[in-house]
Formats: sequence, C-alpha cells, structure tokens
Amino acid sequence: MSPDSRGTALVEPAVALGPLSDLDALEAEAIFILRETAAECARPVLLFSGGKDSAVLLRLAEKAFRPARFPFPILHIDTGHNFPEVLAFRDRTVARLGERLLIGSVQESIDRGRAVEERGPRASRNRLQTITLLDTIAAYGFDAAIGGARRDEEKARAKERIFSFRDEFGQWDPKQQRPELWQLYNARVRPGEHVRVFPIANWTERDVWRYIAREGIELPEIYFAHEREVVERDGLLLAVGPYTPPLAGERPFRATVRYRTVGDMTCTGAVRSTARTAEEILAELAASTVSERGATRADDRFSEAAMEDRKREGYF
Amino acid sequence: MAGAPDLLRLATAGSVDDGKSTLIGRLLYETRQICEDQYRAVERASRERGADYVDLALLTDGLRAEREQGITIDVAYRHFATPRRRFILADTPGHVQYTRNMVTGASTADLALVLVDARKGIVEQTRRHVFLAALLRVPHLVLCLNKMDLVGYAEERFACLRAELGALVARLAFRSVTVIPIAALHGDNVTARSPRMPWYGGPTLLEHLEHVPLGAGAEQGPLRFPVQLVIRPRTADQPDYRGYAGQLASGAVRVGDQVLVLPGGLTTRVAAIDTFDGPLAAAAAPRNVTLRLADELDVSRGDLLCHPASPPRVGQDLDAVLCWLTPAVLQPRGRYLLKHTTRTVRALVREVHYRIDIASFQPDHAATVLELNDIGRVTLRATAPLAYDPYAQSRATGAFILIDEVTHHTVAGGLLLPPGAEDVLAAA
Ligand SMILES: Nc1nc2c(ncn2[C@@H]2O[C@H](COP(=O)(O)OP(=O)(O)O)[C@@H](O)[C@H]2O)c(=O)[nH]1
Repeated sequence: MSPDSRGTALVEPAVALGPLSDLDALEAEAIFILRETAAECARPVLLFSGGKDSAVLLRLAEKAFRPARFPFPILHIDTGHNFPEVLAFRDRTVARLGERLLIGSVQESIDRGRAVEERGPRASRNRLQTITLLDTIAAYGFDAAIGGARRDEEKARAKERIFSFRDEFGQWDPKQQRPELWQLYNARVRPGEHVRVFPIANWTERDVWRYIAREGIELPEIYFAHEREVVERDGLLLAVGPYTPPLAGERPFRATVRYRTVGDMTCTGAVRSTARTAEEILAELAASTVSERGATRADDRFSEAAMEDRKREGYF
Repeated sequence: MAGAPDLLRLATAGSVDDGKSTLIGRLLYETRQICEDQYRAVERASRERGADYVDLALLTDGLRAEREQGITIDVAYRHFATPRRRFILADTPGHVQYTRNMVTGASTADLALVLVDARKGIVEQTRRHVFLAALLRVPHLVLCLNKMDLVGYAEERFACLRAELGALVARLAFRSVTVIPIAALHGDNVTARSPRMPWYGGPTLLEHLEHVPLGAGAEQGPLRFPVQLVIRPRTADQPDYRGYAGQLASGAVRVGDQVLVLPGGLTTRVAAIDTFDGPLAAAAAPRNVTLRLADELDVSRGDLLCHPASPPRVGQDLDAVLCWLTPAVLQPRGRYLLKHTTRTVRALVREVHYRIDIASFQPDHAATVLELNDIGRVTLRATAPLAYDPYAQSRATGAFILIDEVTHHTVAGGLLLPPGAEDVLAAA
C-alpha cells in the first residue's frame, strides 16, 4: 500500500481484535517507546542517517504522533562525505513530513578544531561523527536521542538497553546501564546526561525489509540495484568518487550493486546485487550468508571489539 | 495463506556450564541466523582457545570485559525465526547478579527455558530459576535436561528427573510445563529428533517453541487503557483535535463504550478510535490507539480508562513483592519514585515484612532490609492513588519499578498484590 492511498477509500472502520503478527508486535513496541520518550523527556531529538533504519523510524513516528507534528526535531550528522542520493532523500523526506531538520556538520567540527581529520588512503570521518553528535546534543541540551540501532547488528549490541544511558561525556558504561523490566522505561537523566533510545532494537535486518515492503516506505535509490564505478578494497566494493579515488594498483570497474547500509562514502561498501525492490532484497537476504555489517562496513572489520570501543566513546 | 508468523519472547536460565550458551548458539545456527562470516569468526576463536570443535557457545558471547573474564554478566537479546514464529530470546546469565538478570528477562517473557545438567539433576539454581519464573508469571515453562549423552541417553534418568521436576512445579501457576531431554552439543532433540533417544515421544525443543499457544493473553482481560500521551495538533486544519494515545494494556475497547477515568472517577464515552492507518471500530491489547472522548474531561498522562463494570483497584497503600536490583540497600522508610504504567508518583517503603528465600520459597522473617538480588514482601504508601490490578491478574497493570530520585537508578522491580495477600505465588 502506498502512503498516499491511506484513508482515501470510504470503508467501514476495521475491527482490530485478534492476536498480532510478529511485525505488528514489533511495530506496537516501537510506537510505545517513541511515545514514552516524548512523554518522559524534556528535549528529545531523532537521529536520522538517511538509511533504511531511520526511514523506518520516521514512519513509526508518524504512527505515534499524527495528526500532531513530531514532538522533536530531526538531526542529521553530515560527514560531508555523504552519498548525494541520501542527501536528496533526506531533504525530500523532511519536506514531505513538514518536520524540522537540524544538521550537525563534521566539517564545521574540523574547522573549529574540535575534530582532527584522519589521514591516509583509508581515512574516514566515521569516528569524527561522534564528536559532532555529542557537541550538537550538548549545544541544544537534548536529553534523549532516538536512533535506529538494532540488537542483531553486532555482538556488542545484543546487550544494549532500549533506553541506554550516557553520562555527561556522552559515554556508554556497561555498568551504568539500568535494568529494564516490563515496559517500564526509566528515562530520567541529570542535566548534561542523556539517553539513547532504540525503538527498533528488537528488529532484525529482515524485519526492517519486511516492514519497508509492507508499508511502502521510500528509501534512497542506492539501496536498490544500480550500476556504478567501484574498486575492490579490503574485500569490499567501494564507490569511486571525490573522497574515494582509486589507490595505486586499484582498477576501477563497473558493477551492478546495491548498498545494505548507507554511511560515510569512504567506508561503506556495496554488494553485488540485482535486487530492485524490497521484495527482491528479502529474497536475496534469505539466500545470503554474510552479515550486514560484515559485508559492508570497513569500520567494523579492523577489530572484533571495534564497535564496542566506538560505543564507549559515544558513537550511535 | 498459512497466517502471518507471530512473536514469542522467551528467557533462558541455567547455572554456569549447564550448556546454555551452547544451546542458544545451536538454536541460532540451526535456524540459519548465523552468517558465514560470523561462523568463521567463531571457528577462529575456538581454535585460538585450543578447542578441537566449533564452540557454538562463542556465538552468544558479548562484551569485551566479559570475554576477558570468560563469563556473561548481563542480559543479552538474540533473535531467530522460523516460518511459523519470530523469537526474541533474553539470555540471562545464571550466576553473578542472577536475580536481577533473570527478573529482567522474565518480566517480558511468554516462556522460560531452564537448563538442567542431566548428571547433576535439580540444584539450588534450578529451584531459584523456576521460582522466579513463577513469581514473574511467565506463562510457560520448559525444562531442558541437557547433556543426555553423558548419562548414556538413559530413559530412566529422564523419568526420574521428570518426576522430581513435577514435584517442584506442582504448586506453581504455570499454564504449561514441558520437560525435554536434549544434548545441546550434539543437537539431539534441539531442532531434530534424536535417534539416540527413541523412547522420547515428545516434541523437539524448537517444535515446542513453535507450537506453544500464545493466545488467551492480555486481549482477554478487562479493559485497561493507561493514557500515555495527549495528542493535540493545534494546527489550522485540526484546531480542536484532542486524542489520548496509548497502548491497550488489556482487554478491548469499542467506539461507543462507556469508560471510567481513574483515579478521577468521571465517565464518558469513546467517540473514536484513531490510528495512523485509519479509524477502528474496536481494538484489543496490545495495540496502540488514540482515543477521542465524547466529553471534554481533564484527562492526562497517567490516567487509566476502563469499563465502569470492571474497574481495577484504586489505592495508595500498596502490598507488593520487591525484587531489589541495586547494591545500595533498601533502607527502612526509603523514599523513591514509583513508575506504574504511565504514571509516576512518589512512594515510601513503609515496611519490609520478610525476605523470601528463593531456593526454598520460604519467608525469612528476620530480614528487615533488602540487598542486591533479594526478594521481599513489603508495604508501600504512594503520594497519589494508583489504579492497579494484582500482578497475578495482569502484568501490565500490576508491575512497577522504583527509581532513586538522586541517582536516577532503577533500584527495584515490584509486583502488586491483593491487599493483605500472604501467598505471593497464589493463583490469581
Ligand atoms: N557432553 C556434553 N557437553 C555439553 C553439552 N552442552 C554443553 N556442553 C559443554 O558444557 C560446557 C559448558 O557449556 P556452555 O554452553 O558454555 O555453558 P553455559 O555456562 O551454561 O553457557 C562446555 O564445555 C560445553 O561444550 C552436551 O549436550 N553434552
């Protein structure tokens, strides 16, 4: 069903009494979490990466808050190395929703001396995002940052709370995490502290795609198969572009690929694929043998504990 | 169509070395949740540790500190799915802070899976885990007798342990209790029937998990709708819209129903049930809906809507069981924030009546304070009335947490009892 066909037909109101499907149960949990964040936190913000998980979050926010506006702005941390398709998608989506967009710029953090650009051919701004994010959270005094992280992404995420506490340095300390019982979330923080909130923590990559297919959620085009010029580096297919010129000895070639996550262009790899719709991607996933991050994120490959270290520093 | 899959939440528990990690790793592996790169990483790690087999237990190992210590110390959530069902598994470590972790995992579980080493039989940990699952009102209990290979796959051993377990659960209010003989390391009776235990006629673990009935849950009870958020667009096209958003905690609501607003006590009618996907004529728990009411009443977050004929209890003096979750001791007359449904009030712990020994299920009247991992029977006085049900009747409207006002730590989970209740395990 396309979003604009909603509510146009005059039909008898439905009766929703039976048990929920798995997707409906996950959706219900996420809507509850979003509303709880809005009710318990003074200044929440929704982190939007332009990726599929944040596109799902926006649909869930519509379900949680319409006909009112979202009780929080949308924040994009712009590395300056984004896929142009993702920026266009961001602007189009925010305009369609009529919501407020804030942009935190990594380039500005570098210019102001808050962050130091990595050097060398494998330099990436992925880690620098953390500094810009924490500065933005502090500047606006946000006490809750809603994100699209999922527990199935990575081993270190499996123990993540739904409401994950960050101290005044934005750091995550496993010992400080609060037990979460029932659906009684504790979102209380002191000034300077905040919580990260993960409404789709319990979703898997497959759930996300099933939901995108079911809801007809729009995504940046690069999620679907397209042809582009790539090089093979560290076992990943990287798009050739202004920030990722081919290194000595690398031979660019054209391939039909899609992206499974959209991050910084310098560290997000593509996979060979011919899937042009969410349904075709689900079919590919069913046959796939490589995990999402393993396939496409150079930043997680350097050490097994890489994600955990970044989380401690305040990464998403 | 065979019908969409549904969602089952389960919590696992077992003492150290009973084979819980191995079993979970096998469930994930056999339901194809493990990708090749993850499997290869585990293969590599197994070799580094000098194991001569692929240690599936490593698949579920989490944080670095824990890896270094070789132990699991926090609840981890795992996901797997079959065409029939999606599973969310709360993996609760069995030793350090076992009560805190098990209570956390069990609080949302539809099913508790407790591992027993077939050689050792029922140990104190088994009794604790079964007791906590019963106390937290997890509807279904599965006891896996693991390491059947080490007792020669013997039917007699199984029969003997099953009888002992039957005695253990006899007075507990589970909807179902199932005992399954398995060997997690080799996969017997986990997802495939074991040829080495032909005497066993029951389901494999996965078959059982796929078929255990989820129905007759919250949607059957009396209407309970805690108001979570008031939706007021105040826009040009919706100047007067006022909707009460929330999740139905139990029961069902229909357009036209008379509803009572608690604790205020006024009644009105449901004018509309709105959702983003269109209006509904009726909706049941656990759906999220936005209700519009016929009259302009002063309704806000924390209020509870119900049918006038089946109201919950309303009170400020509360009998409860507390699970103490923090190293700071519960002080007599301690003051805390109490969060119950969508309502937060202040509360004073008036009295700790006794601590419950969770291995023997017996009260220890000598105890006057509660320490980390203790469970105790208390009375509380709240600064404002709560509309609640006994936890045994409704988890959603019978549970609360206590929050320290200064540190903001969640210090306790609480289960509300009928006034004056003595038997904390009594059926509703
Ligand atoms: N023989 C045998 N050993 C098992 C079985 N299941 C687990 N183990 C072994 O028991 C030990 C503890 O298992 P593990 O899964 O780490 O236990 P946990 O502490 O409960 O997570 C390991 O050496 C496993 O290989 C089984 O079914 N048979």
